[in-house]
Amino acid sequence: MAAFPYFPQTDGDIRQMLDRIGVKSLDDLYSDVPDGFLYKGEYDLPDAMSEQQVRDFFEGMAARNPHLTVFAGAGAYDHYTPAVIPYITQRSEFLTAYTPYQCEISQGTLRYIFEYQSMICTLTGMDVSNASMYDGPTAAAEAMRMAVSCAKKKNTVLLSDTLFPHVRNVVGTYARYYGVKIEMIDQKDGQTSLESLKALMEGGDVAGVIVPSVNRFGIVEDLTGFGETVHAAKALFVQYCDPSALAVVKTPAEWGADVAVGDGQPLGIPLCYGGPYVGFMACRKDYMRKLPGRIVGETRDAAGRRSFVLTLQAREQHIRREKATSNICSNESLMALWVTVYLSLMGSQGMRKVNEESYKGAHYLCDALLATGKFQKVFDAPFLKEFVLKPLVPVEQLQRKLYDAGIFGALETEDGFVSFCVTEKRTKAEIDRLVGIIKEC
Amino acid sequence: MRYYDKLVFELSKSGRTGYSLADNGCKGYEMNLPAALERAEAPMLPEVSEVDVVRHYTNLSQMNFGVDTGFYPLGSCTMKYNPKINEEIASMPAFLGLHPLQAEYTVPGVKEIYEGIDRSLAAITGMEHFTFKPCAGAHGELTGLMIIREYHISRGDLKRTRIIVPDSAHGTNPASAAVCGLEIVEVKSNADGLVDVNDLKPLLDDTIAGIMMTNPNTLGLFEKDIREIADLVHAAGGLLYYDGANMNPLIGTVRPGDMGFDVMHLNLHKSFSTPHGGGGPGSGPVGVCHKLVPFLGVNVSGFHGNFGVILRAYAYILMLGRQNVRLCGKLAALGANYIKESLKDVYKLPIESVCKHEFVFDGLVNDGARDGKEGATTLDVAKRLLDYGYHAPTIYFPLLFHQAIMIEPTETESKETLDEFIEVMRRIAAEAAENPDILHGAPHNTPIGRPDETAAARNPILKIQDECAC
Repeated sequence: MAAFPYFPQTDGDIRQMLDRIGVKSLDDLYSDVPDGFLYKGEYDLPDAMSEQQVRDFFEGMAARNPHLTVFAGAGAYDHYTPAVIPYITQRSEFLTAYTPYQCEISQGTLRYIFEYQSMICTLTGMDVSNASMYDGPTAAAEAMRMAVSCAKKKNTVLLSDTLFPHVRNVVGTYARYYGVKIEMIDQKDGQTSLESLKALMEGGDVAGVIVPSVNRFGIVEDLTGFGETVHAAKALFVQYCDPSALAVVKTPAEWGADVAVGDGQPLGIPLCYGGPYVGFMACRKDYMRKLPGRIVGETRDAAGRRSFVLTLQAREQHIRREKATSNICSNESLMALWVTVYLSLMGSQGMRKVNEESYKGAHYLCDALLATGKFQKVFDAPFLKEFVLKPLVPVEQLQRKLYDAGIFGALETEDGFVSFCVTEKRTKAEIDRLVGIIKEC
Repeated sequence: MRYYDKLVFELSKSGRTGYSLADNGCKGYEMNLPAALERAEAPMLPEVSEVDVVRHYTNLSQMNFGVDTGFYPLGSCTMKYNPKINEEIASMPAFLGLHPLQAEYTVPGVKEIYEGIDRSLAAITGMEHFTFKPCAGAHGELTGLMIIREYHISRGDLKRTRIIVPDSAHGTNPASAAVCGLEIVEVKSNADGLVDVNDLKPLLDDTIAGIMMTNPNTLGLFEKDIREIADLVHAAGGLLYYDGANMNPLIGTVRPGDMGFDVMHLNLHKSFSTPHGGGGPGSGPVGVCHKLVPFLGVNVSGFHGNFGVILRAYAYILMLGRQNVRLCGKLAALGANYIKESLKDVYKLPIESVCKHEFVFDGLVNDGARDGKEGATTLDVAKRLLDYGYHAPTIYFPLLFHQAIMIEPTETESKETLDEFIEVMRRIAAEAAENPDILHGAPHNTPIGRPDETAAARNPILKIQDECAC
């Protein structure tokens, strides 16, 4: 045995174990593998590294990606992560635990998921939340399938053009193979068009409608009349939300939505090049048994102690196999803990403050950028932390200039606009510096 | 473990805060949303101080069992040790601060990491390339099946909408196939617990998109007829999908690509040592053979997959290197066979054979049933193990046996750990034979006893407000 810290067997151990099994060598444990399948070649892998070499390697890789100050959002937001969160989520009892099937030794996981579900419900106004999905886009895709499953015979789901492209694309992928027809609702003045929705509903085949709360232009959508229109056709009304913004903007429940989905990333989860994040999914009570994913419920043990268990499991793949509401098994449990600890620390006051600071910074930046004369205003609608402008200078040159100054911003949208995002992490000095660089473009 | 009965909401006191945020100094831009767009009431979140939060979650953590707490003989889940250097790397601020939409030229180090792990996984599996977008094993299955469907569609072969799944398959296999719009055709296992080739042959026609196989299968047995199965399925125009949940014993020994598999997923949170996190995040990269590389771009998640998990797995692979990778699978198989041979006189072994990383017992040899007294079940054995400080094995799966106990030790457990586990399993068998009631009442030493799961489902309390309403 070569020395390797993760394999504790000594040569003597291996000998004794092989003797108990009654075989001569480790290779004999593969005697049932047909000739030719045992790999005899050299594995094309690097030489084994020491721990220090591994650390050096990754430090080298990390150093090759220059640190940038983030002025972009588009579905991933640079909000502040309080120090408590990584400290708690790195506790090995949470980090190295399995899915809480053995509830008697998993009350820690089950309790925080129950708290997470409660928090998602209060943010969205919904009755029931699941224990998490992979990310926002896959949660939206599951909502699309849920709509079709609730509607039985109808097979079209409408997506708003104002949803972020990464959300539309993933829903589109799932729909293509599940056999659901996707149609796009037009936008008017940067918001989902009610007229377009009404026209599409007339087809009669609409099972569900997915529209954003805060959309890809950063605009807080006014969805007056949407709930009535969707429900008149007995379709499922799904809203895709930024859960951080939900602390201040009208909730999916208040807009009359049946299902709320979105990405929990803005709730204290680092950008980390796109993951791990956490999808959230919540619905009205009527749809509880159609909801995919794990759900934690409260009960008592024989001694009357308050206890938490995975419940309503008859919806899930390990029980129902192909008849399950979804194939999801592993979810993003630890990231749900990130969100839960974050919301515990912030409270509703802190969440309001996050939105206020982001709003102030974004609106200040928007005015300052317009004042440079390098942009034109596109929409005149309320926004929070993110907005788009029409660039009057070449976008690539703009981005390159910002990059050279250590800034990531001026993200190009599919309509040829550029978007900027300001979170509570950005200072006025950083904003002024960004504006100063753009002035020179 | 100590019982602790608080929820964070119950610690709340109006006026307390757990955050500190600076004013950014942008005066004159105070938030001013139209009232029609504002929520009527603030969300009901707890108001607690930082120390409240830290103590609360520390207390919760102490009701949890993890790999760092003790041994998980959990079949199909590969609960190997999670190296700590991996955590350090995944927590490097230079990685955490990267935005997913940054242009490629701004992240050359990230690009090199993705290319490096792609090459490594290709070497280990015999596949050509991987996509890292899938966020978990089942997500990988779905992605792989989409690739299979896209391949047939690209050839105009549109009627291939049925997929063969063995009766011993993980539940995610048929569920993923259903989400992918495929009709499931079940193939039976034979008396040896392997896919019955005679049952398979008549199923193969021009409507078959492919077959999903787990090898070694969920009984921990190597599908010896894989060459013939691969030839039959390929000859019928289908593709072979490899469920990588059981890849661990094949790391460093056998490559799925060499066995004829066209598409596969890996569970980085199983075979490549990343922590399970109480149910996730995982990562389920999907590898394909040469002719399927053009279909690898299927768009199944928001950005680039779970980068933080991919970093951990790559760190583990670099530690393994070409030298240690050779031993990974073999030591996993060694541990499983060692436990099997040490316990098969007191637990029923339905199929006598050399196993790979895991094996399945079918309940106790002597469950203690007598004079109308109920014998101890597999559930009882599992719950009694919790009393002795172990996680339970996977139970009642696969569905081929009524009292299935599925045990997988992994290569990171020492002989001493396995010996102690064997000793406890024998003691439990003796307890059952003597007085099964000890087992019926288990667990006795955990923060809670067996909860009333029926009540939980009949009267669902799924959030804090539901509780108040009761």
